[in-house]
Amino acid sequence: MAFALSSNPIRRMTARPGQVLAVTLIALFLAIFLIIPAGTVIYIAFTEKGTGALTAVNFIDFFNTDLFRRSFFNSVYVSAMSVVWATVIALPLAVLTTRFDFRGSLVIQTLGFVPLIMPPFVGAVAMQLLFGRNGTVNLLLNDWLGIRIPFMEGLNGVIFVQSLHYFPFILINLSTSLRNIDRSMEEAAQNLGSSGLRLFRRIVFPLAMPGYLAGASLVFVKVFDDLATPLLLNVKDMLAPQAYLRVTSVGLTDPMGYVISVILIVVSIFAMWLSAVAMRGKDYSTTQRGGGGLVRRKLGFGESVIAYGIVGLILLLVLSPHIGLLLLSFATVWSFSPLPDAVTVAHYSRVFGESSIYIKNTLIYASLAGLIDVVVGGAIAYLVLRTKIIGRRWLDWAATSALAIPGVVLGIGYLRTFYGVTLPDGTPLATLWIMVVLALAIRRLPYALRACYAALQQVSESLEEAAENLGATKQRTIRRIVLPLMTGGLLAGFVTSFSTAAVELSATLMLIQSNSDAPLAYGLYVFMQSPAGRGPGAALGVIAVVMVALCTLLSHYVIERRQKALGMAK
Amino acid sequence: MTITINNTELAVSPAKAISIQNVNLCYGSLHVLKDINLEIQPGEFFAFLGPSGCGKTTLLRLIAGFNNAQNGRVVVGGQDVLEMPPWKRDIGMVFQSYALWPHMTVARNVAFGLEERRLPRAELEKRVAAALALVGLSHLAERRPSQLSGGQQQRVALARTIAIEPKVLLLDEPLSNLDAKMRVEVRRELRELQQRLKLTTIFVTHDQEEANTVCDRIAVFNEGSIQQVGTPMHLYEKPANLFVANFLGTANILDGKVSGAGSTRSFEVEGGGSIPVPEGVEVPAGSKLVFRPQYATIGTVEPGAVPLNGTIAHREFLGATVRYGVEVGTGTVLVDAPFHSGDALLAPGSRTVLGIKPGSVLWLAD
Repeated sequence: MAFALSSNPIRRMTARPGQVLAVTLIALFLAIFLIIPAGTVIYIAFTEKGTGALTAVNFIDFFNTDLFRRSFFNSVYVSAMSVVWATVIALPLAVLTTRFDFRGSLVIQTLGFVPLIMPPFVGAVAMQLLFGRNGTVNLLLNDWLGIRIPFMEGLNGVIFVQSLHYFPFILINLSTSLRNIDRSMEEAAQNLGSSGLRLFRRIVFPLAMPGYLAGASLVFVKVFDDLATPLLLNVKDMLAPQAYLRVTSVGLTDPMGYVISVILIVVSIFAMWLSAVAMRGKDYSTTQRGGGGLVRRKLGFGESVIAYGIVGLILLLVLSPHIGLLLLSFATVWSFSPLPDAVTVAHYSRVFGESSIYIKNTLIYASLAGLIDVVVGGAIAYLVLRTKIIGRRWLDWAATSALAIPGVVLGIGYLRTFYGVTLPDGTPLATLWIMVVLALAIRRLPYALRACYAALQQVSESLEEAAENLGATKQRTIRRIVLPLMTGGLLAGFVTSFSTAAVELSATLMLIQSNSDAPLAYGLYVFMQSPAGRGPGAALGVIAVVMVALCTLLSHYVIERRQKALGMAK
Repeated sequence: MTITINNTELAVSPAKAISIQNVNLCYGSLHVLKDINLEIQPGEFFAFLGPSGCGKTTLLRLIAGFNNAQNGRVVVGGQDVLEMPPWKRDIGMVFQSYALWPHMTVARNVAFGLEERRLPRAELEKRVAAALALVGLSHLAERRPSQLSGGQQQRVALARTIAIEPKVLLLDEPLSNLDAKMRVEVRRELRELQQRLKLTTIFVTHDQEEANTVCDRIAVFNEGSIQQVGTPMHLYEKPANLFVANFLGTANILDGKVSGAGSTRSFEVEGGGSIPVPEGVEVPAGSKLVFRPQYATIGTVEPGAVPLNGTIAHREFLGATVRYGVEVGTGTVLVDAPFHSGDALLAPGSRTVLGIKPGSVLWLAD
């Protein structure tokens, strides 16, 4: 009630000119760079090639083609198996860190994030060298036991790399859910005679299910949409690679690339819808009634040994792409041997010399994309939370809908929509590097938007009203009160966008036309195509990881210091 | 023994006694339970009463097995339970938050303990139905806990616990999550249910009214030790110390000291007035004078009563009574005077006299 009384209804109903301008600009931005390209892709998938008549024949063709059917089932299979293996990795880690007094908890939680700061395709080549047919592990296994395990053969390789990369999504969501269970939930079960694994299966895990499903569906979608990892592992009969290959080899007019795009979108939306349905009415988070989270149990000596063993093994596995990449970046020759033959820094000097253009481009693209995201995201957040202007919800939904548009699809959409548009000197709009920036910005916008929401929600409305009460206009209030208080959150949004945009490849692969415009991820991809390029490619990968990690650390440091200075830290 | 509810039978085991002997519990250097000794009779409705942080919930959780004592014994129905894990104890506990599992229906919640005991399906369904009938919720069996009101959730929690036919029943602040009107209703129901089941029950509360209305006997806790055990009336009439007198009802406390000896002893109230100490009454060292607001008269001194002069500081009209705050000596006491229509009230600031019967006051130490 106090909230309703303190806001002047008349002022809130009338939109100010500045707000109308902001809504219009954002709407145009989203329409041109998200809605129209995505709409074009969907429209073309449903039109007949040549005549332009509406038809479903493209989809019938798709499912009548052996290769596409196989690609579809492979994509579903790989995504599902990645979820299974990611669960196998994440479940013990989540349980150990939330339910036991376990010293390794902090290590797990920190290292659990490490995979996310390196795109899966970067580690893929290193994984070949470690786990491939003639990789370190199989060579050793062959020497000792005379067996080889096909970790990296065909689809297995994709599943292996993806589950190692994406398991943190399950780990984070599941751990949060587990921590939110009130201890009385567990004690009530014990009181009624339940204990041990049975209690976990019947009470604890079902209560953590919503968090698990949220993580699992995210993993499914990410794997389903990923283009670069299968391509680098030379797996071509999956959907995203097929879409890419159709468009790049057969041409922009071939409908199959668009049909695949539509299928990618539909599956993304379906998976998100499924997790939303699973979550509906099941906010099992029960700690608010007091009592605190689950009781942490002490591990016995034997249990400790087993626990540390499991955790050590998993962490070694999780870090193996990084270790492999590091070894590869310093290796002279690494082939048919468990470890590289000799060590060199030649790859780094080559990367910093002739290939430094990649690093420069990446810094420019990712910064610009992050900046666009923070500006647009901040503006949408302000419009939604602080004004009643018509259409503000639509902006939110439109920006969020980018979640459902895979990078490949956005890339195809840009090519199709902007290729016909040419600059005065005759170059097509689609080939300009700024398109890559815009595609990156659109792809990261939903995440930046959430960060901006969170930042703005922390700023109490009464602080703004106090400023207005003392004579500051809306614009000046935003500049002098809102923005300074939101800095931490905006920075967080920027870093999220920056660090993920820096290593994004799907859309980039479609849009980059010349090496001189290419960002790091693209350069990496090009290097990794040839055995001779692996060394420099790995060096580039290490640089990417270090760059992203440093940015993340720096932003954490800055945000924490700021929050402490403002007395906002919890 | 069985009881029959709506044509379904619910087995009830004979009531068990609870004996708590020399129980101590420390969290690091914090002594949370200090040498607790308590005998609870079979079938008794017993309350642990005290302010928050006094150790009452800690002791309850200790009986249920969620806390570990450093030493001592907890004997339930002749068996020491301290070494047993919670799931082996058969001690039913209703949690303050109810702790209903949101992913199960009401019926599945109630069935849980029976499923853990591997009861045959038919028998299990029968007992779930009986437990739900007992709390009057048969029609809500297929609902989810989140669809129920607070009072209904509370009854589900109770049914879930009773279904396992526990040896004893522990209730942790069962009324604290209900609104004031529901609280009165539910506590009456709890009392009725307990009387029907004849189940030894411990009720933890910080609310003296709840404890007084539903329980046979009360143990008053403060700072980790039991201050006094007795029936509600006994505790009110004969509190063992200042804490109990203060915690149960309103008590006036006046500082002073005893002078004289034998049959001429009297209590000199600090700052004025003196009250003779009846013969045979023990006055422990450091005692203060304690009496309830309704045990003094204001403006008149009845035969046998001792006058005590004072000044009226404030007054509150409560309907049936008028409560006066009167400055006596260095302290202020409350006195309730019955109110009759047409009575003139005494004005704040005016001098008055209190009449106190030496037989109705107590001398208590900390």
